[in-house]
Amino acid sequence: MAAVVDPEIRVVTIDELGILRAVDEDPASGRVVVTITPTYTGCPAMDVIRADIRRALAAAGHPDAEIRTVYRPAWSTDWISDTGRAKLAAAGIAPPAPVRPGNAVPLTLSVRCPRCGSPETEQVSRFGSTACKALWRCRSCSEPFDHLKAL
Amino acid sequence: MRGPFEFTLALGDDALIAAQRLAEWTTRAPEMEEDVALANIALDQLGAARLLLTYAGELEGAGRDEDALAFLRDDREFRNCLLVELPNGDFAVTMAKLFLLSAYQLPLYTALAGCADERLAAIGAKARKESAYHLDHAALWVKRLGDGTEESHRRMRDAVDQLWPYVAELFAANPAAPVDPATLRADFDATVDAVLAEATLTRPETGWAPAGGRDGVHTEHLSYLLAEMQVLHRAHPGARW
Repeated sequence: MAAVVDPEIRVVTIDELGILRAVDEDPASGRVVVTITPTYTGCPAMDVIRADIRRALAAAGHPDAEIRTVYRPAWSTDWISDTGRAKLAAAGIAPPAPVRPGNAVPLTLSVRCPRCGSPETEQVSRFGSTACKALWRCRSCSEPFDHLKAL
Repeated sequence: MRGPFEFTLALGDDALIAAQRLAEWTTRAPEMEEDVALANIALDQLGAARLLLTYAGELEGAGRDEDALAFLRDDREFRNCLLVELPNGDFAVTMAKLFLLSAYQLPLYTALAGCADERLAAIGAKARKESAYHLDHAALWVKRLGDGTEESHRRMRDAVDQLWPYVAELFAANPAAPVDPATLRADFDATVDAVLAEATLTRPETGWAPAGGRDGVHTEHLSYLLAEMQVLHRAHPGARW
């Protein structure tokens, strides 16, 4: 179950990303109940994630598991674990900065290049290959890289 | 737009029609990064639309799900504001439209996040975060084009002038709704004034104020949009990917 990876960022698991919220057993029926939450409302990976969870649980002997999708509390990049952050960085995806409290609109601060570590970077586009990422470029090593946006 | 059902339906329709219009830019945007950005924003709008329409269907209690509401209603049954159904026009019109829409959606979703209806509050809290990015992106383009070359300034000024009449409809008072849109106007004005000032543009005078979208009276543009959006589902009922 904890081994199910994100279909679009395959280096991290749904647990490390904070998509997996809870795994319970219904005391009455004995069925496994998995609670997940989407990163973005329109995230097209959710159907694949549900199918992957179902497959993993079926393989572990729980073919009748129930998967619940919740929207509150809303997912935040602050839920990405330290291990998840390290794996993202190792895969060339700059992890997000902490989200500022309150209703403040996210502000783009400098992002360190995940390849050479330089803070001399620039945003190419605030929307990237998936809903949760922005496209950046390093001015020191010239490499483009993905940045997981703080949300 | 009266009780919770009509209110939720109207918000869902705003997001759905905005998503469809924005998606029309895919493969046609002026640059690759913008193509990706517009598709991403369209996807966010579609995500919010799915949650809102699903909930609207439950509130109605007539067994209609998100697909039934999106694909099996005719133009007169849609409750979106006129602003979102207007044609994309040039890039300046699209960005001005997205700017006005997100300057309305952000305070709306923020207010929803604190409303008494738990489902709407959850949707608002989720959509609010995405809306902040849309507003940020659109405001950037309003400023870049407004405070850019003579030509880009002219285009953005014309776009804002052309769309401004459609703003009034967004804030029509509805005290029975979970969030009365009229209470959001001050927040909207503050955002718009600040961005337009930086863009060296002036806020148009409010005069002609077309409305009717919330009662199902639309421009002809919506009918063409729906024809394209609904054709597959109607030709192949129940079709799935």
